[in-house]
Amino acid sequence: MSTIILLLVTGLGLGALYFLIASGLSLTYGLMRVLNFAHGIFLTVGGYASWWIAVRLPLEDPWRFLVALVGCMLVGAIVAAAVEVSLIRPLYRRHIEQVLVTVGLALAFTALVQGIFGADPISYPAPRWTQGVTQLAGANIPNSRLLAIAVAAAVFLLLSAFLRFTRWGLIVRAGVENRAMVTALGIDVQRAFTLVFALGGVAAALAGALGALYFGNIDPQRGTATLIFAFIVIVIGGLGSFTGSVLAAVVVGLLQQFINYYASVYWGFSAAGDLSVVLLLAVVLLWRPQGLLGRSVG
Amino acid sequence: MVVFALLAAVPFADFEIPGLFNGLLSQPGALQLLALCAVFAGVALSYNLLFGYTGLLSFGHALYFSVGIYVTDILLTRYHWALVPALATTFAAGIALPLVLGAISLRVGGIAFAMVTLAFAQAGSILVYANPARLTGGEEGLGLDVTRIPDFLIGVINTKNLYWIALGYLVFTFVVCWWAVNSRPGKVWQAIRENERRVEVMGLNPYVFKLLTFTLSGFLATLGGIVYLLLLGGATPGVTTASLSLSLLLMVVLGGAGSLWGPALGGALYEYLDFRLLKLSSSSEIHALPGWLRAPLAEPLFILGVLFILLVFFFPGGIAGIAGRLRRAARPHRPLPGVEAPAKVAP
Repeated sequence: MSTIILLLVTGLGLGALYFLIASGLSLTYGLMRVLNFAHGIFLTVGGYASWWIAVRLPLEDPWRFLVALVGCMLVGAIVAAAVEVSLIRPLYRRHIEQVLVTVGLALAFTALVQGIFGADPISYPAPRWTQGVTQLAGANIPNSRLLAIAVAAAVFLLLSAFLRFTRWGLIVRAGVENRAMVTALGIDVQRAFTLVFALGGVAAALAGALGALYFGNIDPQRGTATLIFAFIVIVIGGLGSFTGSVLAAVVVGLLQQFINYYASVYWGFSAAGDLSVVLLLAVVLLWRPQGLLGRSVG
Repeated sequence: MVVFALLAAVPFADFEIPGLFNGLLSQPGALQLLALCAVFAGVALSYNLLFGYTGLLSFGHALYFSVGIYVTDILLTRYHWALVPALATTFAAGIALPLVLGAISLRVGGIAFAMVTLAFAQAGSILVYANPARLTGGEEGLGLDVTRIPDFLIGVINTKNLYWIALGYLVFTFVVCWWAVNSRPGKVWQAIRENERRVEVMGLNPYVFKLLTFTLSGFLATLGGIVYLLLLGGATPGVTTASLSLSLLLMVVLGGAGSLWGPALGGALYEYLDFRLLKLSSSSEIHALPGWLRAPLAEPLFILGVLFILLVFFFPGGIAGIAGRLRRAARPHRPLPGVEAPAKVAP
């Protein structure tokens, strides 16, 4: 029983990381049909920025980590906005070129980080609390998982509130629905897009810092590796559907964690969970090509 | 034709090209590099069938290349099969796998297709790294059992034979691609690239044609994997990762998508640059540079990635596009029908 609860919480923790990356991807795709292949670099930026700040701050631990977290969110927003303005905006409506440019950026940026900080994982100065465990129904749950879930839930609530109750959120929702109509009404969707892009950068940067706690280190390749699962999440959830990406992130995280655990216990094969996620993608595509909550896939 | 004949004569070229290659051109070192360039030129051509001619953006082409490498290697090294049945099985796998995975991933189009192909290739990569039943050798890779390979393909002395095989693969791929894009289905592929809805309205089923190009291009990539395996004498898991698929995309765009010799040139050039930049990064000139400049320049992928971004912004047609522009500038009065330029399909 305690194993199941542990797997449930760690699976949700993994799903939380996927959600933080997938939400930005899904919104940018929904609004402007832009597939940002460089979204993984925001995760890398977040991880390295929070590490860089944390090892330099003369503060004690809860504060040190919190300041590093806020700092990495700021850096994530700035980097994302810079990428959007300098690389994506000039190629407005040329979707293939946009994908190509973000592919080039992802390769170049990962190589740059590797050149500056080295190819090997760097151990992360995690606060003591996140290294401990909490007793929950007889299971020892690592606190870093609980933190990831709490932050992702907060981001989900804030983003939902933003989409639902603000004027910008209204523009975004309407733009996802029918961009041509919103533009025809004289509303600048492009600016809403820059905002959404920056918010996606913040969420991904958070995922980078929380992922550093989750894995205990930062690594130049993790951005791309996690991005692939985030892609799977948004295709399963339905491209452009925010709620769909939440649902799919939870399903994918849980499935991956449970199958990884039981397959490695019973067959000694630890990659089965990762493979089963791809299998789930194939099944969903055969059964519902538009994804769980998507309407049509372009 | 002249180019291929010249390339075939390279092993007899006992002279140096200073700056471009170290040592004599006929030496194994230079031949090995040229052979690698030929393999990637061929694989880039196969990817170009998908991306350049049919407009399908796949991020999973590395999977089919890896099938050629790993299936052959596992059958020869782990199961001690003879060469011919091992190759025959790899051929079959190189057709069956893209057929099945293509049938699933082509249910979605555009960006979703890109992501799904990426996911399938990632599954292949995870499988290779996970080393199930100790078959793939995991992170360490799997050296090829050379007792199963004919003698004339083994050893540094015989690099020229491997070079000819690599060149033969390139010529074969080139001819197949040329024949395919000029065939009737090839015309339909280009029509799908221009306007898929229109093809549908004309009563053709784009799905079947897309599956055909997906399977053919996957199979050609598998052949390239086999040559690559022979050339390097083993498999390393790096070839299964997404970065190889992305590199193929870079090669095709660098050369110019939708032309035949462009992507071949792009593939060869990319592989050459990658190799030379890696050599450069360990050279003394780079180490003498200040730290902030050294870190990015020591990473070939950084330079290639930046180059790629600039290319997409300023020369979207790649090398073929630049060449076409130059030719048109030289002969302003005649429109260029040229074999290389993608033929526009009549409505």
